[in-house]
Amino acid sequence: MNALPCTIYVAFTGALLALVAGARSAQAARVVALLTALTVWGLTLYAASGFVPAAALQDLINIPWIPELGIRYHLAADGISLTLLVLTGLAATTGVLFSWNIGERVGEFFALYLALIGGVCGVFLSADAFALFVFYEIAIVPKYFLIANWGSTNREYGAMKLVLYSFAGSALVLAGVLWAYAAADGAGFGLAQLAEAATRFTHVQQLGMFALVFTGFAVLAGMFPFHTWAPTGHVAAPTAASMLLAGVVMKLGAYGCLRVAMPLFPVGFAFFQPAIAWLAIAGILYAGFVALVQEDFKFVIGYSSVSHMGFVLLGLAAANATAAGGAVLQMFSHGVIAGLLFAVVGRMVYERTHTRQLADLRAMPLHRLIPFAAVVFVLAGLASMGLPGFSGFPAELTILVGTWQTRPLWALAAAGGVLVAAAFTLRAIQVSFFGKVERVEVNAHHLPPITWPEKAGALLLLGATIYIGLCPDALLDWIRPALRSPLFHALFTGGAS
Amino acid sequence: MKLDYAALFNALRPEAHLALGALLVLGFDIFWARHRPANRHHVALALGLLALGLAAWKAVTPGGAGPVHGGMLMIDTLTVATRAGVIGLAALALCLLPSPSRLRHPAEFVAILLFATTGFTLMAAANQLLIVFLAVELASLSLYVLAGFDKTCPESAEAALKYFLFGGMSAAFLLFGFSLLYGLTGSLDLGGIATQLAAQGPSPLLLVALGMVLVAFGFKAAAAPFHLWAPDVYQGAPSPAAALIASASKLAGLVVFTRLLWPGLGSTVGAIAHLPITVGWAPVVALVAGASLLVGNIGALAQSNVRRLLAYSAIAHAGALLLGVIAAGRVGPAPLFYYASTYGLATVGAFGVLSVLEATGPAQKLIDVAGLHQRSPLLAGCLAIFVLSLAGIPPLAGFFGKFAVFAAVLRLGGLAGPVGWLAILAIALSAVALYYYLLILKQALVARPAAEAAPVRVPLPAALALLISAALLVLLGVFPSWILGLF
Repeated sequence: MNALPCTIYVAFTGALLALVAGARSAQAARVVALLTALTVWGLTLYAASGFVPAAALQDLINIPWIPELGIRYHLAADGISLTLLVLTGLAATTGVLFSWNIGERVGEFFALYLALIGGVCGVFLSADAFALFVFYEIAIVPKYFLIANWGSTNREYGAMKLVLYSFAGSALVLAGVLWAYAAADGAGFGLAQLAEAATRFTHVQQLGMFALVFTGFAVLAGMFPFHTWAPTGHVAAPTAASMLLAGVVMKLGAYGCLRVAMPLFPVGFAFFQPAIAWLAIAGILYAGFVALVQEDFKFVIGYSSVSHMGFVLLGLAAANATAAGGAVLQMFSHGVIAGLLFAVVGRMVYERTHTRQLADLRAMPLHRLIPFAAVVFVLAGLASMGLPGFSGFPAELTILVGTWQTRPLWALAAAGGVLVAAAFTLRAIQVSFFGKVERVEVNAHHLPPITWPEKAGALLLLGATIYIGLCPDALLDWIRPALRSPLFHALFTGGAS
Repeated sequence: MKLDYAALFNALRPEAHLALGALLVLGFDIFWARHRPANRHHVALALGLLALGLAAWKAVTPGGAGPVHGGMLMIDTLTVATRAGVIGLAALALCLLPSPSRLRHPAEFVAILLFATTGFTLMAAANQLLIVFLAVELASLSLYVLAGFDKTCPESAEAALKYFLFGGMSAAFLLFGFSLLYGLTGSLDLGGIATQLAAQGPSPLLLVALGMVLVAFGFKAAAAPFHLWAPDVYQGAPSPAAALIASASKLAGLVVFTRLLWPGLGSTVGAIAHLPITVGWAPVVALVAGASLLVGNIGALAQSNVRRLLAYSAIAHAGALLLGVIAAGRVGPAPLFYYASTYGLATVGAFGVLSVLEATGPAQKLIDVAGLHQRSPLLAGCLAIFVLSLAGIPPLAGFFGKFAVFAAVLRLGGLAGPVGWLAILAIALSAVALYYYLLILKQALVARPAAEAAPVRVPLPAALALLISAALLVLLGVFPSWILGLF
């Protein structure tokens, strides 16, 4: 466990080293980035091996940082943080593998990429609202440069939209947290301190602070109707950035909702619970239907991300331990599956065919030209649909079961989303890889073969989704005790209306 | 009143060093350096830095605290910190001295810059209306000259004239306000004024006096609706002058303003933390702050000139700083000082990058910084730090400055009154601000350079100044207690 804070320092050091190495040779920067990402992942796995699940945050480091404002550098972890940190390590490593072919300003690319990873690790470990916010913003800004510099379609627009949405969301969070700090008469920014002080807030204060903080985080989680940055951002981003964006950055938002907004302001949450659930359901269905009619392959995946993140929010909104556990599992599962889908579409297909229009892809016999990509995409698609044997199945099932316990109508409405997901995924598979080819001109499209980093990355992600699909308890055993912590207690007993 | 001239001299050692340094720079130039054109710049720069260094040394070793010379000056932590801050910012601005082709009289420039700094350090210590006025005018008159120093460029003359006319007007307001205050209280020093006002209670004449003083400071701080000079001056003035106007001048101005308003006029503050509002200076300052936040942030969106953009961003920052002035009564001046000094560092740095670029071609339009990452990675990296700090992105100091000020403001009364709402407005507008700051960085870090753009060679003093500013922004951002702990 005590190795976890090192993930942050390793990532930031790696960012500096990649910048320095990139000035000399591109290959050196790639190797530095890969080693850094592997170290981060290794540290999380090492911490996981010695992890004893407990019903509380386990302190890692807790020292005064800015005593004048009662701010402490307080890092702590529980099963939820650990799950998401393992996901971050995995996504970081595979992301480096899928950006092996970046050829321009390689050092800067990986420096920004690793800085983003460092910020993400910091958020998952912070137990102080100030530290969490600082890391959260560190994770936002590099995205602009990653997308604007190395992105594709409409990249400057997509980058600006994404960053402004995220930043506006974080401004809401800041307003809410500062308001809570002031209302607690400057007691400090520790999550536990704030939660304790929040029990004395008036009803209106709880409602207002919850609305600010939850909305702020939900923007980053892609909650309907604040999701529009996600598809454009994903489409504009380079492959590795899309993978990180869908894989871990959207999770930052959901994690913030679960870690900060809900436990701190349970009264506010109880008030808004039905609205959040219906917005989550609206997101699941709306994004699913929109994905059904997209002509750009990456937009299909982008909207599917929004739809799947709707399940996460629904699981949180259901406010019981089963559903919330499912939501955390869904965060992991979606991180892996979305990463895989973006890798196939952005790296394996787009960078070979230079088109993402389904109409163009239909005319190419992709399943013969790049069979590896076709196999991976079919498997990832099945996982995304929530078929048993892949991680999406236990995750979405747990969420639906948990939601049923709170309000059966919500579960029924959301279950429709599973059908829509099957429809748009099957359509994408069918049109893109198994399009009807009138005259097979295999030689007309000579595509470079799939490289080893791509294969390694795809196999890692596939392995993760199948492993968790077959034995979800590996993660649920970490997550469930964490949800029994006293912080969530008020939420899960009093919250359900 | 018992006057102690030894103590007065002791308290004024930094100013004495600065003034002597200015004379030394001029004298050395007349008798020696004028005949050696190759070294003239270097000598002026070295002597100027030497004077600033000695003054800074004297400023941080004040050898005594408390009121000096019957309360004319006040030596306390805020004085020491502000003196060190303005001297440091002036030294950074001095390192951006234009190249010999653009600046034919370096010694005069350095000497006037030192006089301006003398004004700033005096502002930091001033505790009596006449000293306040004297210090403000010493600084302002020097800055008018510096703004018009580039005789090769008509915009510089325009900047100086506009600055002078607006500044002269505001000096008249200030003096009129001070004379009314003196008439009302019969006292010039802030302590005496405070006692008198507490006994008298509010009167219409007092409101007029307050209005006059606030208008004058609105001009000096470039706060809306008195901001109109700022874009033209930032655009036309030579880079070091613009950097000084935007950084050290603002820091010193806000400190003297806070000292005047809180210890001096504290009894007439009025209440705005809760409803209903009561009359005093705080509602007016809050109004000016809100207007500055809106005008600055929205005005900056439309700019295509980097310097004008920085000017509008300065107006927006002035709004947030004025919120810090309101909060200073409850939490002390630490957040305000932190914000103003780190804002100064970032602005000096941003102007520093522009001044280096000026040596190779135009550095006015946003597209003039296009492709900076290829022309000079050092400049591009530093610019990213300065601009992101201005935007308030952690872990840079600009973020914590805003955070500390907003936290202090919200502690006044939460969201129960207008001042809390203004803090929320400022937080919301920071998302707007990120857009225009990213426009600069988009050109510098994403866009490709123009075909004829050559690599930029960064002169050593400027490179040092930029690196020091960037490093300080990062370090102070990660360890804000280094400054907050002083107070």
